[in-house]
Amino acid sequence: MKDFDLVIIGGGPAGMAAALAAQEQGVRDLLILDREPQLGGILEQCIHNGFGLHRFQEELTGPEYAARFASRVEQEKIPYRLDTMVLDLSVCPDGGKIVTAVSPSEGYRKIRARAVVLAMGCRERPRGALNIAGTRPAGIYTAGAAQKFVNMKGMLPGKRAVILGSGDIGLIMARRMTLEGAKVEAVCELMPYSGGLTRNIVQCLEDFGIPLLLSHTVVNIRGRERLTGVTIAAVGPDRKPIPGTERDIPCDTLLLSVGLIPENELSKSAGVQLDPVTGGAVVDECRQTSVPGVFACGNVLHVHDLVDFVSEEAEIAGKQAAAYLQKGGMDGETFPVSAGEGVRYVVPQRIRRGAEPFSLYFRVRDVAKNARIVVECNGKQIASRKKRRAAPGEMENFPLTAAQLAGVDGPVTVRLEKEGE
Amino acid sequence: MRYDAAVIGGGVTGGMILRELSRYRLKTVLLEKAEDVAMGASKANSAIVHAGFDAAPGTNKARFNVEGNALMEQTARELSVPFIRNGSLVLAFTDEDLETVRELRSRGEQNGVPGLALLSPEEVLEREPAVSREIKGALWAPTGGIVCPYELTIGAVGNAMDNGARLRTGFAVEEIRDMGEYFLLRAGEETVEARFIVNAAGVHADEIARMAGDGSFTITPRRGEYELLDKSMGGLVRSTIFQPPTQMGKGVLVTPTVDGNLLTGPTSENIADKEDTAATAAGLETVQRLARKSVPGIDFRMTITSFAGLRACSSTHDFVIGPAKGAPRLIHAAGIESPGLTSAPAIAKAVVKHLEKAGLVLEENPDFDPIRRPFPKFREMDDEERAALAAADPRFGRIVCRCEGITEGEVLEAIRRNPPARSVDAVKRRTRAGMGRCQGGFCGPQVVELLARELGIPMDEVTKSGGKSRMLAGKNR
Repeated sequence: MKDFDLVIIGGGPAGMAAALAAQEQGVRDLLILDREPQLGGILEQCIHNGFGLHRFQEELTGPEYAARFASRVEQEKIPYRLDTMVLDLSVCPDGGKIVTAVSPSEGYRKIRARAVVLAMGCRERPRGALNIAGTRPAGIYTAGAAQKFVNMKGMLPGKRAVILGSGDIGLIMARRMTLEGAKVEAVCELMPYSGGLTRNIVQCLEDFGIPLLLSHTVVNIRGRERLTGVTIAAVGPDRKPIPGTERDIPCDTLLLSVGLIPENELSKSAGVQLDPVTGGAVVDECRQTSVPGVFACGNVLHVHDLVDFVSEEAEIAGKQAAAYLQKGGMDGETFPVSAGEGVRYVVPQRIRRGAEPFSLYFRVRDVAKNARIVVECNGKQIASRKKRRAAPGEMENFPLTAAQLAGVDGPVTVRLEKEGE
Repeated sequence: MRYDAAVIGGGVTGGMILRELSRYRLKTVLLEKAEDVAMGASKANSAIVHAGFDAAPGTNKARFNVEGNALMEQTARELSVPFIRNGSLVLAFTDEDLETVRELRSRGEQNGVPGLALLSPEEVLEREPAVSREIKGALWAPTGGIVCPYELTIGAVGNAMDNGARLRTGFAVEEIRDMGEYFLLRAGEETVEARFIVNAAGVHADEIARMAGDGSFTITPRRGEYELLDKSMGGLVRSTIFQPPTQMGKGVLVTPTVDGNLLTGPTSENIADKEDTAATAAGLETVQRLARKSVPGIDFRMTITSFAGLRACSSTHDFVIGPAKGAPRLIHAAGIESPGLTSAPAIAKAVVKHLEKAGLVLEENPDFDPIRRPFPKFREMDDEERAALAAADPRFGRIVCRCEGITEGEVLEAIRRNPPARSVDAVKRRTRAGMGRCQGGFCGPQVVELLARELGIPMDEVTKSGGKSRMLAGKNR
């Protein structure tokens, strides 16, 4: 069995940034494992631009953004193995981690690591989870699968599409399918607001005249062999279809963009505690999970909408994994961080006494205007900020300064306060 | 070529009959209208090996259920198909239900079902802590089991083919002409000649019977809707949990599957269209409500897919097994609704006896090998087996389906081995690639590519399940 100080599971933007940060902190015995034939993760199929505005102040495509990190991984000679699927992660009684992986070139093997960074990303919610009535013909894809066909295989899934869900991949695919000659009839969104970024609604739907039907869903699927059409309906405030509003749309393709789920099967096998809201690990501000020496970052921790923050978060995880290796553990009492009024979740979920400055990442529950974000500790306000507009589809990033963090000596809550209260 | 026997219908019944025939020196063919076997009720049912307490004593259903249950263990082992004798419970929620459950026990005893016992609520909850606390008792049937119905069908057909039987897919029999010495079966422009025929055509068995001049029964399709849940729910119950049966069937059950998922359903609804396997909002709602009555803790947000299957219900209310009226060389295995899966191995033996009586000469095939080489299942292997397999063949080191841990080697095996997979769904049924929690989101494109490469066709000609079910519209603009 081969031994490493640090094994990073996933060679997407999170894994690469974590590896680079750990290396910068002096970790030399590290290894990135990725299941795809190239580094870059899902960015490789995201050939549209809009990546890197925060980090590089440039509009890059997904592969370009990934390449900036991949070339540094090459320069720094950080070892990585591709086409390598990690099948299991377990923790030994002595705290060592055993990574079980398989690849065509190296076969089935076990690797021992002192620390692990989880960077496996997320997957899309499939049709089954929605329980849409109807038949099960060809032509129903998650938006990401369709994206892979179009961008990686050069194949068009269909000619006339309806998209259910207005997550970012769905919006991007509405434009992509249109550019490839398909007709996108509509994007249906169950909620009264879109789950995607505003800029994607403008650039991918409005610019192409594709209708976004808020508070609408697909209630029936037709076609025996290939999809022939769907029935859509308006939904009420209870998100249930309103009888009489049904409308048939003939189409040969239904794309689903109805949510992303962090892929935490390995985390579970290692006994990592998960947050039922994010679907990712419960972490402290160092991105250490409930299992000492196991860190998590990127979409496996919580679903991000901008890769820039994935990189930022992964650098924390990589740097702190290095600190863990050097010090042999993480010290300090931690306190819970919880989501208060108007806030759906906060990452990290724990905060260490005397933590160095970091940002709270969180999402609001509902669309809010002219609100105030309030961070409290033991009922005492330690930080606050005005927020002109907030939406569940856009992750909030709230940096805390050393002075603000000095006040943390108990449980912390993040809540949204309507102005004027 | 003139076949000795043609079996119409590639479901579990037809598959088992084909296999039984391959024990003898006969030229046999299985005629299936779809592009793969197990495309009707055999791919969408409760996947239960029933103990045999439901059917009225003296019926074909009662007899073949108990006989089939006893044969299932050996059959599954020979075909390398997973079978688990997990036992069944029929819950009683009221005093009236308790009465029904007692009746089931006495019926079961008359049918020869071993080991039946009435359990107190405490005994049930000790065995199955997730079951509703509202119960008043239950019937326990230790011989109840679970099996994967399409794997069993594929295994039976594959084993028969390995022993010389032929499979013709895409052959929808439209006409049967009795030529005296043999039958001429026509599908479109194509014909097959066979001296004897077996009618195992599922919901279409009455049409096949009528083609041969036998109008003695009709088949009504009775739709059953199901919800299949993620493996994280699979451990909720160990046994199969039934509710007391109704006029329309055995009611909604909650059961683990051999693959570790949780299956709930079916509803029961007579419909007119023999191909209408659409799931309905009302049906799925019913499944959830009734399943929660038995096991309140089921989290239906963990549903990975919902589907519907059609039971082939005969107007005679029993399996129709025996020679057709007016066509003695045509043997029916019709009206095979529940417990058809359980009964299949026993029905197969009975049908072959009928064929013999009708004049088919059975001479043992000395080369017959009842064993089907196990399908390599990387996910179920231990460390040493996995290491050896991946070292011997790097294609078993490449994971295609990450949710289920299926390798490229397995996908290729599915495409190459009898009966060969020709579509994405056919690969899925043989390997489980695409059956996990992401439902093919990641592996779909890769499976399409592997099928295109292996079959020597462009990617846009790959289908989901044959016919016009193409996965892709064409190349990008």
